[in-house]
Amino acid sequence: MTDLISMVVAKYNYWIYITLMMIGLYAMIAKNNLVKKIVGMNIFQTAIILFYVSIGVKKGATIPILEHGHGPNAHHVVHAVDYINPLPHVLMLTAIVVGVATLGVALALAIRIYNNYNTLEEDEILAQVREK
Amino acid sequence: MSEQYPALLVIVPLLSALVVSVAGWVNKRWCFPIAVAALSVSAWSSVGLLFRVLNEGVIVYKLGGWSPPMGIAYYIDYLNGLVLPVVSIVALLNLISSKRTVEQQFPDKTGPFYTLYVLMVTGLLGIVVTGDAFNLYVLLEIASLTGYGLLAMGEERAPLATLNYLYMGTIGACFYLLGIGYLYIVTGSLNMVDIARLLPPLYQSKAVLAAFIICMVGVWLKMAFFPLHAWLPNAYTFANSASSSLIAPLVTKVMVYVMIRLMLTIFTPKFVFNTLAVHDAVVWLAVIAIAMGAVLALKERNLKKMLTYIVVAEVGYMVGGAWLGNRAGLTGAVLHIVNDALMTLCVFLVVGNIVYKIKGYAFGDLKGLFAKMPFTMGAFVIGALSIIGVPPTCGFFSKWYLILGAIQAHQYGFMVALLFSSLINVVLFFRVFEIGFYEPFSDHEGHEHHPAVMAEAPLTMLVPLYVVAISLILVGLYTGDIVNHIVQFVIPKGFM
Repeated sequence: MTDLISMVVAKYNYWIYITLMMIGLYAMIAKNNLVKKIVGMNIFQTAIILFYVSIGVKKGATIPILEHGHGPNAHHVVHAVDYINPLPHVLMLTAIVVGVATLGVALALAIRIYNNYNTLEEDEILAQVREK
Repeated sequence: MSEQYPALLVIVPLLSALVVSVAGWVNKRWCFPIAVAALSVSAWSSVGLLFRVLNEGVIVYKLGGWSPPMGIAYYIDYLNGLVLPVVSIVALLNLISSKRTVEQQFPDKTGPFYTLYVLMVTGLLGIVVTGDAFNLYVLLEIASLTGYGLLAMGEERAPLATLNYLYMGTIGACFYLLGIGYLYIVTGSLNMVDIARLLPPLYQSKAVLAAFIICMVGVWLKMAFFPLHAWLPNAYTFANSASSSLIAPLVTKVMVYVMIRLMLTIFTPKFVFNTLAVHDAVVWLAVIAIAMGAVLALKERNLKKMLTYIVVAEVGYMVGGAWLGNRAGLTGAVLHIVNDALMTLCVFLVVGNIVYKIKGYAFGDLKGLFAKMPFTMGAFVIGALSIIGVPPTCGFFSKWYLILGAIQAHQYGFMVALLFSSLINVVLFFRVFEIGFYEPFSDHEGHEHHPAVMAEAPLTMLVPLYVVAISLILVGLYTGDIVNHIVQFVIPKGFM
């Protein structure tokens, strides 16, 4: 039991992202309203962004801007240990843009669907589809 | 000039998307010529690249002059050297053929349509050419998002079908991204060649295993591999014909390319077939994919939907072939990427012509079609024979390699599935031929006309269709050359 707790605590960022991901997946599968499904999809994407951001973290490190790079106290040896890894964060800028674009396309489709069927509840839409 | 082909391939359609969207505001008639010009440049560059690869071997192109581990590099080897011309030429032919359909189906939206079209081709070409795993994700999403836009321009049910595709596509792409994240944690690199160099000591690591499985599931979702195929048939059926004949031949095939790239370049066959040892299970999944695709296609009374289930079955061919783990199977899978793109394009262009003239694609609409549209149906016969696998069309040769690979790997289930699906394809297509040939033509209201008057699709639609149909036979006749000069170099040394 203590093993399990220490495992969860030591790698809590992974547990959080998995939990978020499953919440998103649950919403996509179980919810009946199309907008709720779309929100679930967005949570799913955000979970992965969180995962990437969390892997760039280092204990006791600072933001990746060179300290003492200029001026009288300048010393030019850069210790990578002193700085967090910025690359995953930069990658996630792109992923956030992709996520926003996906959300936009999904909502635009939801509007089209609403115009066609006058509802966003999936069971009602499917009933209408079956009637035709 | 030829040094810049890898960049031109992607940059020209990307920038032209901007120009086309502006032209859509100014004068709609400019959109089509600009799109054709841009995709012609892509097609020219991709063919040029193929010849350069044949002469010089692997090409490394550093974007902006940044060296590989830091910057993004494009690697063009024999595998994507072969796939690039297929993608760009299929897109160009379909673009030319779709002009009349687009004018008929949504005359006021030609600008947005062509913008999405060239952007989608940008994404697909980028996926194939890039050597950076994260860059691949971004281009994958470019191709997917534009694809959703294109597919949603269709019948009343198109938006709902597309939204279902969007959920599945997003999960697939996210899984791929997550897998790449794990690879980044263990190797600290995103460059495919660099990852492959750093991975071998870590093959026993659980993180690498997780990365591989997550990436594979993501890619399978995107290519509609059997248990994950549910989004494909509706999304492709209800879309407008110009979009479905772009997306059906290309998206699944490009994703198969990504899978083979993951297996051969990033993870190397040693990991996939020796360390992991799940290939038997995957081949059995492919067997189920082929069988279910064939059976579900048999159930449909609607030409376009029937063809979409054939696409699902064909994905099973390629995945199974790649996972057989021998030279013949992999040759068959790579060859089938080329052949299936052309075959699928051929039959979907036929559907486009039929929709243009008849305004329907249910079996009831096809009555007397051989008399009404003899040239279109002639090309359909060639496409159908190729999907069935009748020599000398190209479908026969890739199926031959796949069956050969199945026998060498003692995967008799896969062999039986291939033969079973060929037999079902015979039934499927001869049923269509019978309706088209023997049943008298009737219009939508059911009034029968005797004799049927010929009303063929315009020449701009027939010429691309016949280029594809003839290429099916030519590719079939030159299969030996393609295998000897290109495909055999795709397969890494030491692979049985």
